[in-house]
Amino acid sequence: MTLSSTQNAAAEPILRVQDSTVRFGSVVANDRVSFDLKPGEIHALLGENGAGKTTLMRVLAGLLQPDEGTLFLSGTPTTFHSVADSSAAGIGMVHQHFMLVKTMTVAENVSLGLKSAGRFFPNIARVGRELRALSEQHGLALDPNARVSDLSIGQQQRVEILKTLYRGANILILDEPTAVLTPGETDSLLELLRSLTEQGTSIIFISHKLREIRAIADRVTVLRHGKSISTFSLDQTDDATLTSAMIGRDTAPAVYNATATVRPRLEAVPRLELHGLSVTDRRGHTTLDSISFSVQPGEIFGIAGVDGNGQSELADVLSGVRRASAGSLELDGTDISSLGVAARITSGIAHVPEDRQSTGLILDLSIADNLAMETVGIAPLSKRGTLDRAAVRENALRIISEFDIRCSGPDQAVRELSGGNQQKVLLARAVTRSPRVLIVSQPTRGVDLGAVENIHRQILELAASGCAVVLISTELDEVLALASRVAVIYSGALLATYDRADVDLGTIGMNMAGQAA
Amino acid sequence: MDILNWIVSASGEGFFSATMRLAVPLLLAAIGAIYAERAGAINVGLEGMMLSSALSAALVASSTGSTTTGLLAGVVTGVGVAALLAIFTVLLPADPVVVGISLNLLAVGGTSFIFRVAVGQAGTTSTTPVIEASPIPGLDQIPILGPLLFDQSYLVYIALLGVVVTWLVLKYTGWGLLIRSAGEHPAAVDSLGLSVNRTRFLALLVSGGFAGLGGAFLSLVASNQFVENMTAGRGYIAMAILILGQRSPWGVLIASLIFGAGDAFQLRAQLDNTGIPFQFLLMIPYVLTIVTLAVFGRKLIDPAALGKHFRRGHR
Repeated sequence: MTLSSTQNAAAEPILRVQDSTVRFGSVVANDRVSFDLKPGEIHALLGENGAGKTTLMRVLAGLLQPDEGTLFLSGTPTTFHSVADSSAAGIGMVHQHFMLVKTMTVAENVSLGLKSAGRFFPNIARVGRELRALSEQHGLALDPNARVSDLSIGQQQRVEILKTLYRGANILILDEPTAVLTPGETDSLLELLRSLTEQGTSIIFISHKLREIRAIADRVTVLRHGKSISTFSLDQTDDATLTSAMIGRDTAPAVYNATATVRPRLEAVPRLELHGLSVTDRRGHTTLDSISFSVQPGEIFGIAGVDGNGQSELADVLSGVRRASAGSLELDGTDISSLGVAARITSGIAHVPEDRQSTGLILDLSIADNLAMETVGIAPLSKRGTLDRAAVRENALRIISEFDIRCSGPDQAVRELSGGNQQKVLLARAVTRSPRVLIVSQPTRGVDLGAVENIHRQILELAASGCAVVLISTELDEVLALASRVAVIYSGALLATYDRADVDLGTIGMNMAGQAA
Repeated sequence: MDILNWIVSASGEGFFSATMRLAVPLLLAAIGAIYAERAGAINVGLEGMMLSSALSAALVASSTGSTTTGLLAGVVTGVGVAALLAIFTVLLPADPVVVGISLNLLAVGGTSFIFRVAVGQAGTTSTTPVIEASPIPGLDQIPILGPLLFDQSYLVYIALLGVVVTWLVLKYTGWGLLIRSAGEHPAAVDSLGLSVNRTRFLALLVSGGFAGLGGAFLSLVASNQFVENMTAGRGYIAMAILILGQRSPWGVLIASLIFGAGDAFQLRAQLDNTGIPFQFLLMIPYVLTIVTLAVFGRKLIDPAALGKHFRRGHR
């Protein structure tokens, strides 16, 4: 552990967790994680999705009890059985999804269940006055009588922070607080947090954005695959060290796509071409910002990035589920922007959605029916408008053996299969249509290792047969193992595109954290 | 003016008095349901609670000779049926609509069975003591408002008090905040270490207590006996009133008066030989219910978590 150079270096940690292990069934979410927070410090938690940040945070907030390990509060071993215990100890959590009742006023939200406000008839007016004073103390203008639904996201977040402070917290845990904020709101949040530490509050700041961590934190603990890799003092550590700790340079995968480093032959017209595709959501936010790239037949184009940076929107807009607000999409030189989902399927675009259980498959239907779903209306599965059950069954039997789907037979409900075998069904349905383009999102999320290899092989074989593949994954290892070109998506835009041979892990890690190379 | 003359006439006073008498059972059930629904728990079992309470109130009042004991028995029965609903829908949890309807059907058969066992012979009515009107001297002489508000049984005054108390509880008490939060954002309640399910359970019990008062009103005030299936869908009408009244105590008061007036009108029209077949007149409250739900049901903003079972860690 690198020693902090701040004035708090010698201070006793106000909160410390030692060798905390949390298991969910056979999955180890936190593996002997250690972490400590000093008084008045901002300590960041950095890590990729699934690195164990949320689990550690839930342990600290009393939402989870670790299977092993000890929690220390100012040096004294403690156990939090519930949120009530942790908040009594002065720990307040600001959730990513705000815990505010939108139909109530700010003061009512703060008074909820608050004993000091009065058990039966809480003095909401008094709480409001004190809240106003507290907000002015931090240089914020906050109307305690405003209805939460009338406030902006940034204001609501300030209400959340003031709520936890008013209710007696001196340790704040903020879970990716900037994920929902605009850049301007982010700046004022960081300013507020800084002023809070000056008044003695200690803060745990969870983020995967290096720029913000650098701007505000004193120390950072990097988590990877459920383990706490190391704690760094930020003024003694450069970005490259942090990103390599986050991604794990030493575990970078071998490229097992033999052709990945060879550029596919350039056709005059690419198989798939995107021209400035943009998506604006209902609230008017740009979730996909002018995406342009092209994919050659036989090429796997990988899109890396941290979850929630526009990956779902990109997959939706390519498959036709969502309409682009600007830009166009061409398949073999023909504009298909205006085609719906069914027409795109017919024209040869296959889509493996990221959430196999809610959008990919119908869990209560059989394997055979799920496999037939996209081609159900056409021969050989249908004849003269009627379903040929024998053909559907035969189709399923063939695919089950070809793709090594472990099941009791074609009539078994998809719900009863393991995650890996569900994914095989989903992928097989797309692959066996011999698509011209395959859009595949998070193909191995929650899939066991054996199935991962099988799924990767199917994608490689499909590309080798001339299909253009767009591979969207938050698993950087996966993208690097399969793709011949890699682009990084960050807040809805492609930040950089690399040939696989030229990829530098450090640069790509920084891109994923929002830093242009 | 004919209208003015009619208002102060005996017939007019009878109409207003009948409006209140017909509105109050609906009002009581709907007021209670405000607690449940604002907390996020749907109470489809109002009908069954009212019917069970109407029976128990009548049986206890006629056997003890005390209307107060009968009234209490009605409340206890309402709370008991509500506890059954809460165990199934909050704790287990089963679908609240399915459980509610099941309880209603159980109440129809169950009360008929118990009634026949208790009075010995099917169809025989047993007369129970009645809660008489307790007019408030002076105030009961005011035109319209007098017969409407001040020449009624004390259960009517309790119902009107219930409106005010409910308004105060929801707006100014800690429990009211908890109820509203549990219905809108249960995860927020949980994040503060408070119990969503306990809040909903209690709210359902309160709802059952009010529905019990409403049921007891039917057999102790509006008539002097229990009749099989005497609620005749009033529990469902109370649900429509809840929606028309936007789940607010004052809105529910106005809505139940509108329904009471509709019912009073059809009774009067039957007596007045209007030439309209009485079957059509009998339909008025139910037609009003359907129209209400069709017109106002869409515009209403439900509590965000209404009818959604809360599980920790799931959003």
